Amino acid sequence: MYLKKNIATSESGFIFNPSTGDSYALNPVAIEILQLLKQGTAPAALKENILAIYEVDPMRLEQDLEDFMNQLKEANLLEN
Amino acid sequence: MEKSDNLITIAVTGLNAIDSPGPGIAVIRALRDGLPKPVRIIGLSYETLEPGIYMHDVVDKTYQVPYPAAGSEALLRRLQYIHEKENLQLIIPNFDAELHNFIKLGPVLKTMGIATFLPTQAQFDVRDKINLFRFGEQQGLTVPKDKIITSIAELNSCEAALGFPLVVKGKFYDAVVAYTMEQAQKAFYKLSAKWGFPIIVQEFIDGTEINIAVLGDGKGNAISIIPMRKLYITDKGKAWAGITLEDDKLVKVANDFVKATNWKGGCELEIMRTKKDELYIMEINPRFPAWIYLTAAAGQNQPAALARMAMGESQPVYTDYEVGKIFIRYSWDHITDINEFHQISGMGEL
Repeated sequence: MYLKKNIATSESGFIFNPSTGDSYALNPVAIEILQLLKQGTAPAALKENILAIYEVDPMRLEQDLEDFMNQLKEANLLEN
Repeated sequence: MEKSDNLITIAVTGLNAIDSPGPGIAVIRALRDGLPKPVRIIGLSYETLEPGIYMHDVVDKTYQVPYPAAGSEALLRRLQYIHEKENLQLIIPNFDAELHNFIKLGPVLKTMGIATFLPTQAQFDVRDKINLFRFGEQQGLTVPKDKIITSIAELNSCEAALGFPLVVKGKFYDAVVAYTMEQAQKAFYKLSAKWGFPIIVQEFIDGTEINIAVLGDGKGNAISIIPMRKLYITDKGKAWAGITLEDDKLVKVANDFVKATNWKGGCELEIMRTKKDELYIMEINPRFPAWIYLTAAAGQNQPAALARMAMGESQPVYTDYEVGKIFIRYSWDHITDINEFHQISGMGEL
C-alpha cells in the first residue's frame, strides 16, 4: 500500500490531504514510517528498518503497524 | 465624476458584511487587488446599516437603491441618477433576489455605457432551487430528491417520499433540517412568512460540505474553478473558515455545470460529499459567494477576471491555484458617527 501521490507531508509530521482538506499530526515514529511509505518501501523492508532503529518486539511492531495502516486507510490517505 | 482612462468605476451591491455576509466587501477587495488601474467603488445599498456604507477605505461612495420588489423601472431610474454623477463602467450585483432586475436591465445599461456580466434569465432559472432536481436529472448531475410545496398539508407526502430527516428550504435563502413533522411544520411557517412560496423540501444528505466558486464566460468555458471545504460553520450554516482543495471530481462537477448551462458570470456550487464519495449538488447560487476573496488569495482572482471580461478584455482560462490556502473570517466593530448615519438615512447617499 502506498501513500496517495497528492498527500502533502512536512518533516515535522504534518499531513494534509488536498482532496478533503483534512490534516493530521504524527508522532516521531509515525513520521519515519510515513517517510518509508513515501519512498515506496515494501512492508517487510519497512518493518526491518524500524526494528533496526527501535528496540521493539516484532509482534508489537506488527500490531502497531497494522493499526497505523488502518488509520491511514480510514483517513483515505492510501492508494486503493 | 469625469470619466478617466486611469480610473475604473465599478458599482457593487452586497455591502452587508454581517454574520450571514453579502459578498460585496470581498468582491471589492478582490477588484482592488486584481485590476491594474485604480478602482473607484460605488456601493449600492438597501439598508442603512450595511457596514460597507461606512467603510470608506473600501467603498468610495454609497447610494441607496430601491428594494428588488419595487421593480426594474424604479431601479433603472435610480441607476440613471447615480450614473449621471459617477459615470459607472460596470455593475456587479451580488444578491440572488436583485439579479432578476439587473438581468432585465442589462441591455438598457449597455446602451448607457454600463457593462454587466450576468447569466441570462434562462440560465438563472435553470439552477433555481425549484428546478434544480429536474435540471440535475436532465444533465446527469447528482441532486438530492425534492418536493416543491405551497401548503402545509403537502408535508405529509414529503414524509412519505423523502422520510426524516428532511431539509425545508426558503425560496431564496435559509434552510432548516427537520427531524420530526412538528419541526418541519414550524420551518414551513417560518420560511414561508420570510421568503414567500413555494417551499422546497429536500432529501437530507449527510456528509462534508464543500463549496465551489466558479466563473463562466457564457460560452461554456469555466474560466476559474476553486473548491473550498468549510472548516468552521456558523449556526447559520455559513463558512467562517475554509480551505482550498484539489480534487478532479469537484472540478469536473463544476465544469459539467458550466458546459450544461453556458453559465455567464460568477456562481457558487454547494456540494455535499458523502462517506461513499458521492458528490451531491445541494444548491447553485447565481453570484459570487462571500468567501470569494479566497479565489484571489489562491491565485485566481475571479472578481477581477469578471471585470476584465465585462469590459471586453480577453481572459484566459486559469489552470493553477494554491491548494491548502485558508481563510478565517473575523468580526470588527467599525466606528462611525451619527452624521454619517443621518446622511445615508436622509439623503440616500454617503
